[in-house]
Amino acid sequence: MRIFGLNRKIVRVLLGTEYAHMLEYRAEIALWALSGVLPFIMLSLWNGSDARGVLGMDGVGLDRYFLSAFLVRQFSVVWMVYAFEEDALTGRLSPYLLQPLHPLWRYVASHLGEQLTRLPFAAAITAIFFLIQPKAFWLPSLGHFVLAWLATWMAFSIAFLLQSLIASLCFWSEKASALERLLFIPFLFLSGLLAPLTAFPPLVRALAQWTPFPYLIDFPARVLAEQPVDLLAGFAIQLAWIVLLLPLVLLLWRAGVRRYSAMGA
Amino acid sequence: MGRYFKSLRRFWGTAVASQLEYQFNVVIELIAVGLSLLGSLFMLSLFFGPGRELGGWSWHEALIVQGFYTVLDGVASTWLRPNLSSIVTHVREGTLDFVLLKPIDSQFWLSLRTISPAGLPEIVLGFLLVIWGGHQAGASLTPGGIAVVLVMLLAGGLILYSLWFLIAATSIWFVKTWNATEVLRAVLASGRYPVAAYPAPLRLLFTLVIPVAFLTTVPAEVVLGRASAPMLWLGLGLAVGFFFAARQFWLYALRHYTSVSS
Repeated sequence: MRIFGLNRKIVRVLLGTEYAHMLEYRAEIALWALSGVLPFIMLSLWNGSDARGVLGMDGVGLDRYFLSAFLVRQFSVVWMVYAFEEDALTGRLSPYLLQPLHPLWRYVASHLGEQLTRLPFAAAITAIFFLIQPKAFWLPSLGHFVLAWLATWMAFSIAFLLQSLIASLCFWSEKASALERLLFIPFLFLSGLLAPLTAFPPLVRALAQWTPFPYLIDFPARVLAEQPVDLLAGFAIQLAWIVLLLPLVLLLWRAGVRRYSAMGA
Repeated sequence: MGRYFKSLRRFWGTAVASQLEYQFNVVIELIAVGLSLLGSLFMLSLFFGPGRELGGWSWHEALIVQGFYTVLDGVASTWLRPNLSSIVTHVREGTLDFVLLKPIDSQFWLSLRTISPAGLPEIVLGFLLVIWGGHQAGASLTPGGIAVVLVMLLAGGLILYSLWFLIAATSIWFVKTWNATEVLRAVLASGRYPVAAYPAPLRLLFTLVIPVAFLTTVPAEVVLGRASAPMLWLGLGLAVGFFFAARQFWLYALRHYTSVSS
């Protein structure tokens, strides 16, 4: 069976080569994992602040929330716009477009390969965290772990589709990364990376729930930290965003490719 | 010296002219700066409320710290990011050879070759925030005090530049150091909040190892009139030390640079 030019053999080869490619840049990926320390900085800040009471979490709960937020971020980071912009500007994209495989799959594969390479570094940082904060140690039950894994994977899908939407605009404007910056700002403040959503005033929280951002970090992190969360509603909204974004991406992509070939002709 | 000034004028003139061609980007940049500041203020406000403080700093005092952070972020996007991120490209594509052949100091050329005016509104907004926060916190600055603030800000800028340049210079060996600067950016983000709000080990780290404290907290303390002289001297000493280290490291790196052709 082929889905947009994808079958089992191609999946295996794509993932294998992208993983091998990423392994070459192991040092860089270690640094990248380290650049995700922001949740830990915020954790130390929240821990010592007078405002801790409004979060609705005790000390251990807060530790677990921010560690989970760190891990979710590690496995849902998307840098599709930057890779695509470079490929489009240097003309590397043209041969990809001629292949029977949808070029987006290539980017999916390289993200998955990178996540695999990042796994040991994320595990090492987690181990160090537990050494410093042994009280916060916990092992999620198998059920929770699978649910958290699923939620993180859905978060990655939403982030990937959002970036693909912006990347498709590359066909019209050569500077899509400027638009990506505009997307990153609400993500940073509304996703729960800097503060759990319970810290927000009710009105802001209600507004944030209508954006995809809390479902990129806050929801999966709560599932992983085993905190009370409406599982059904969370997964339903994640799915809704994917169902909404996927056709948009495909439509915009097709229109863009038509325009792109017109540019070369 | 005259040659350096003339080069700078030419460099920046052409950079501004070429950037203004992309008016769409300028608009996006302005929106991004506004949204980003709004988000930071919102995040900061979460720590405050009736009778709440952050590490002993009141809301208006913390706004001064936030203001200085905004100023330095503007400086980073005006000078540091556009210049220092291209060092990596020069090494990778072999164009560093051309830079080294020019009759001008290579560190000067690489550090000041271009400017991106997009960061300027951020600098202005940051200073406005400092002035407003300082006014609300009841700070009264004498001309001498303003001079000290500016000197400390310069020292902070020099520390920031030196750290960034040190990392960028390692690209001579590693070629790709884009992510190393990302680590630096993540740590620098801690400068949005007063250093006193962090637990003791981090406070030590942010004062001596990665001296974030001198970028924002110390200038804010000067504005509030509660800076201690030893801290100011330590800041100046670190700034000179880091700059000297960056310079020496660059000269050392160049001795190890094997150009593409050799």
